[in-house]
Amino acid sequence: MGYPHPPHPRETVLLSQYFGDPEARSLAGWRQRGGYRALEQALAMEPTAVTTIVKDSGLRGRGGAGFPTGTKWSFMKPGDGKAHYLCCNADESEPGTFKDREIMRWTPHALVEGCAIAAYAIGAETVYIYIRGEFTEPLQRMTEAVREAYAAGLLGPGAMGGKARIDVRIHKGAGAYICGEETALMNSIEGRRGNPRIKPPFPATAGLFGMPTTINNVETLAAVPHIITQGAAWYKAMCLSSPKSPGTKLFSVCGNVRRPGNYEVVLGFPFEEFLYDLCGGPPAGRKFKAIIPGGASVPIQTMDEVRATKMDYEGFVAGGSMLGSGGVICIDDAQCMVKQIGRLARFFAHESCAQCTQCREGTSWTTKIVERIEAGQGTPDDLDTLLEIADNMTGKTICVLSDSCAVPVVSGIQKFRDEFDAHIQGHRCPFRVAAAAA
Amino acid sequence: MSVPPPGSLTQLERAAAFDPALPDAYEPLFVGERRVALDEVLTRYPTRMAALLPALWMVQEARGWVSEAAMAEVAEVLHVTPAYVKGVVTFYTMYHQRPVGRHFVQVCTTSPCNVCGAEDVVRAFLTHTGSGEIGATSPDGRFTVIEVECLGACGFATPIMIDEDVIEGVTAAQVPEIIARYP
Repeated sequence: MGYPHPPHPRETVLLSQYFGDPEARSLAGWRQRGGYRALEQALAMEPTAVTTIVKDSGLRGRGGAGFPTGTKWSFMKPGDGKAHYLCCNADESEPGTFKDREIMRWTPHALVEGCAIAAYAIGAETVYIYIRGEFTEPLQRMTEAVREAYAAGLLGPGAMGGKARIDVRIHKGAGAYICGEETALMNSIEGRRGNPRIKPPFPATAGLFGMPTTINNVETLAAVPHIITQGAAWYKAMCLSSPKSPGTKLFSVCGNVRRPGNYEVVLGFPFEEFLYDLCGGPPAGRKFKAIIPGGASVPIQTMDEVRATKMDYEGFVAGGSMLGSGGVICIDDAQCMVKQIGRLARFFAHESCAQCTQCREGTSWTTKIVERIEAGQGTPDDLDTLLEIADNMTGKTICVLSDSCAVPVVSGIQKFRDEFDAHIQGHRCPFRVAAAAA
Repeated sequence: MSVPPPGSLTQLERAAAFDPALPDAYEPLFVGERRVALDEVLTRYPTRMAALLPALWMVQEARGWVSEAAMAEVAEVLHVTPAYVKGVVTFYTMYHQRPVGRHFVQVCTTSPCNVCGAEDVVRAFLTHTGSGEIGATSPDGRFTVIEVECLGACGFATPIMIDEDVIEGVTAAQVPEIIARYP
């Protein structure tokens, strides 16, 4: 549901059904709502059978990359004599995204249950839920849910009366966007600086503490119990467009929009109707100028470009962007795009871990140049310089933070070149001039 | 303070002796109940080093910030070097490397909040707390105000954090009333 708004009739609420319902937070309340039946069912199966169900359901990673979840789990080889780990990525920091926060605030046991099922499937005795340090309430809710689950014998040795041992540990981050990158997240759990690691080796071979590891997003794991109880075919049938993108997805909507919040729809939902019918369109008297559909790291689009988009992994790519984390940032026609692109670049410059030169230097110089243009001190050469820097930042670094900074700059210059030119030629920001006159 | 002869002290004692910001006798943190709590944390990880982030959080909860001497103590307890601990402390934005005001205010100004007027909220906090500039502490020691990159509450612009509290949908006009709640 569109928490903090009442659910919209066109939403399909699966993960967000109990957002806003404080009783769903406790173990007793969660069990009354059908909680932990999926874990019971899963523990009665062979671990590989659980993985097969998830594979057949077509569930794909909800953190941004969209990798098929069951396939990822199948990389973990049972009986290899090594400790296996599951990491739950709850470092939600992608600007525009705030869905995992609500899952953990309202339905913490949904995540505990999803973690336990996944751990059983991949043969992991230990799960680390990596929650960003700023998420004080989610940390508190998850800690309480884990405590309750241990007290009820759902976790620990002989979890839920079975043979498996499943330990779930909460690991509190300390402020670093890059720790949402899976290898940086593992370094951070190990007590290191959150620098991403070179791949290969991939985590399934040598991950956390050098052992086979799977990393899944909060929303991905929270969907798993539903798939176990209702079946792969049921989940796979929830699909409005591409058969490769089944299931529901939480979209976080923010920026200049009438009804910001989380909305859960079946993948493939028409984007224009989503923006206007569910989210209420732009604020009164304004128009959408730009939409960033999948968090700050995906290409910026104009309203004309997104009109025909279907909201799934393939649909957003066909429209020229990406589904990413599902964080929809709306920007209206009162905003200066040069300023906003500079602000995005500043974010990435602040969050660069600085181990790769292209990223450390590129994010910082990009920010300086865009902010200089915004201040009316740009030169005609600056746009070519920005594009050249962006080229040097793309596909050349250990992780994709560098690429993520280049993306809004390149797409922004492409689509809003007139605004850049107006700043450079007029030696001032036309939006500031208009605001001062008003 | 006299410099102790090399080789005669533990890392912890040396740090206490050299840190000018602290009294001569640095009071160790990881003793008694806190040591028991840390030992419990250590059972959750296969290596000692993995307890570093939790240990630093315990330091900050107890002292309000993470001093060089505290880093040295953490290093000793977790069998790593003080330089290693400092490398980790400086990577993460939430560990304070110097004391901050009684209340620590973080205002999100990343893009989704920026287009909703977050910069006005920051200005209001800097003005009404008297801290004047980002990262500075107000003369009465009450507030330190910083801009923070994305608090992950973008639909509730502008979200702010004061200490452990998240307050959603803050406007510049509400700032004086919010400040009054934090004496």
